[in-house]
Amino acid sequence: MTTKKFYNAIFASGIAFVLTCMMVGIKLDTESTTLRIEGASAEQWGWIGLGIALVFLSQLFADQIDAVFGKVPKPNLGKLMPAGEKRDVLKPWLMAALIVGMLVWPFMVSRGSVDLATLTLIYIMLGLGLNIVVGLAGLLDLGFVAFYAVGAYTYALLSQYAGLSFWACLPISAGLAALFGFILGFPVLRLRGDYLAIVTLGFGEIIRILLNNWTAVTGGPSGISGIAKPTLFGLEFTRRVKEEGNVPFHEFFGISYSSSYKVIFLYLIAVILVIFVVYLINRLMRMPIGRAWEALREDEIACRSLGLNRTMIKLSAFTIGASTAGFAGAFFAARQGFISPESFIFIESAIILAIVVLGGMGSQIGVILAAIVMTILPELAREFSEYRMLLFGLLMVLMMRWRPEGLVPMKRPHLELKT
Amino acid sequence: MSQLLLDVNGLTMRFGGLVAVDHVNLAVKNRQVVSIIGPNGAGKTTVFNCLSGFYIPSEGSVMFNGQQIAGKKDFQISRQGLVRTFQHVRLFSKMTVIENMLVAQHRHLNTNLLAGLLKTGSYRRLEQEAMDRAAYWLKEMDLLEFANREAGNLAYGQQRRLEIARCMVTQPELLLLDEPAAGLNPNETKELDELIVRLRDEHEISVLLIEHDMKLVMGISDHIYVIAQGAPLANGTPDEVKNNPDVIKAYLGEE
Repeated sequence: MTTKKFYNAIFASGIAFVLTCMMVGIKLDTESTTLRIEGASAEQWGWIGLGIALVFLSQLFADQIDAVFGKVPKPNLGKLMPAGEKRDVLKPWLMAALIVGMLVWPFMVSRGSVDLATLTLIYIMLGLGLNIVVGLAGLLDLGFVAFYAVGAYTYALLSQYAGLSFWACLPISAGLAALFGFILGFPVLRLRGDYLAIVTLGFGEIIRILLNNWTAVTGGPSGISGIAKPTLFGLEFTRRVKEEGNVPFHEFFGISYSSSYKVIFLYLIAVILVIFVVYLINRLMRMPIGRAWEALREDEIACRSLGLNRTMIKLSAFTIGASTAGFAGAFFAARQGFISPESFIFIESAIILAIVVLGGMGSQIGVILAAIVMTILPELAREFSEYRMLLFGLLMVLMMRWRPEGLVPMKRPHLELKT
Repeated sequence: MSQLLLDVNGLTMRFGGLVAVDHVNLAVKNRQVVSIIGPNGAGKTTVFNCLSGFYIPSEGSVMFNGQQIAGKKDFQISRQGLVRTFQHVRLFSKMTVIENMLVAQHRHLNTNLLAGLLKTGSYRRLEQEAMDRAAYWLKEMDLLEFANREAGNLAYGQQRRLEIARCMVTQPELLLLDEPAAGLNPNETKELDELIVRLRDEHEISVLLIEHDMKLVMGISDHIYVIAQGAPLANGTPDEVKNNPDVIKAYLGEE
């Protein structure tokens, strides 16, 4: 047993050695026209050695480490809430307090924090959308970013060519993304697991490459810039109005111009969109369709034998999940004012999937928490930007060891029976 | 002429060159318990798969309530009132018992998204009716106290009962049970025996049963079909089948 462990540890540290040598130990530099290979400094080699030793030891004592992880207390968030009737009384008040807090908060902090919060809210929307497909219906989708792109480009193009406003485009974006979800749903009806993942991955790439190469319409790699910002009933948040007949927000209220109004306004839109999406999906989960999604994840054959039409159920999961991403996409385009295919690469899909898995499949609170963690951590770790993905990977490994079921595992609804 | 509930004629299922089911005939009347027995690998479960639409039969007709159902989709057949269980328990194990019961009633509920989002009157009424039906059947099956437990955490015998309850809540006319007694202890088997009789006599449904427990089969069946190597071997009342030399030969081998 111990020899097996020993070999295992040697094997793992060997792999670590090869990988770190390739990525950190050797650097390729260009010197005029020739490539020059440069070794790492002595200090760096020291760190590499330490890392490999760490891998070796952690593999050797994997059982002991797992035991330690098992002892790390797992916070039970369910227990924080008082049970029974008291909880039912408390819940609406807590929700109201949370919403008021979210609405008041941006006026008290810096512009940068509000901007980051807006980005977080976009990821929350994306996470909630993917949560329907992956967490509830159990369909592994690696190309979710495609629907996000469809939503963003729908708004950008409609705004540029047809001059439609953000508010008119929002439902159109969601609808078009839903249509794409529906179209993707058809060929993959019979696929599950790995096969489905590969097809959806391909779909995500198709959309990105299409956007990249259809230069005449999408502008290709240079993207679309100057996308109109949302307006508040025709009030613009710029110093001077872009459109004839509109009034700038600050002139209308007779206050001096500040660019942070725009940031706060965008944040507030995001809050409203997220509240809308959370409410909608929360209702859906408790409706027959939500239960059917979960049943399909649990056992497809049993579903069929009970008269559930799996075609409809799968398509609805894809469609509703995609429309949420379309929503987020339209808002993203409006916030950035500039989009290009660069924003919709595979790593985005991976991050959204990580949010769902980290949060706890199917759990809304979990997904929201994970989205916050996943967007704020990289910002805090700005100094390590070179090693950002490394830290990201480490976090995932630790998380899956400590709590494989996610931050806040899904809680089953308690249904009272009258007898 | 009393119409047959289920009338199967010349049912044949081929997988490439292999004939898994060869011209099997079955007839089930209202309020009858009919059993299919046969050695392992005789094709009993394949017959079930053909009847319930999981396979599309190569040949033959399956009339259910006077309607041809061979070739229809699985979910369409179960909506007509022909519901099956499986040899291995297939529950939605991460969902609660009551949720299992509600999923089964999917088609009886108002699945209109808008109605659900707005909680219209009809949506609420249908949801409540489904809950009441679920409560009724959980009580019948002695599972009421576990209503909010995860189905996967129930004991094996309870999972078996839940599977039957989940079928019954869809209000079927014919219940197909695939080895319901497999893995049950003698006590639980006796309870199952009583349950099937109750389903027939009180709830007025028919049961088509695949089972290896001969004591159970002989005790409750109104009619028995014997299948060996895909082909029908004999049929008749329990006594007739018990004394049929062909059946004895198929089960015990030739001298």
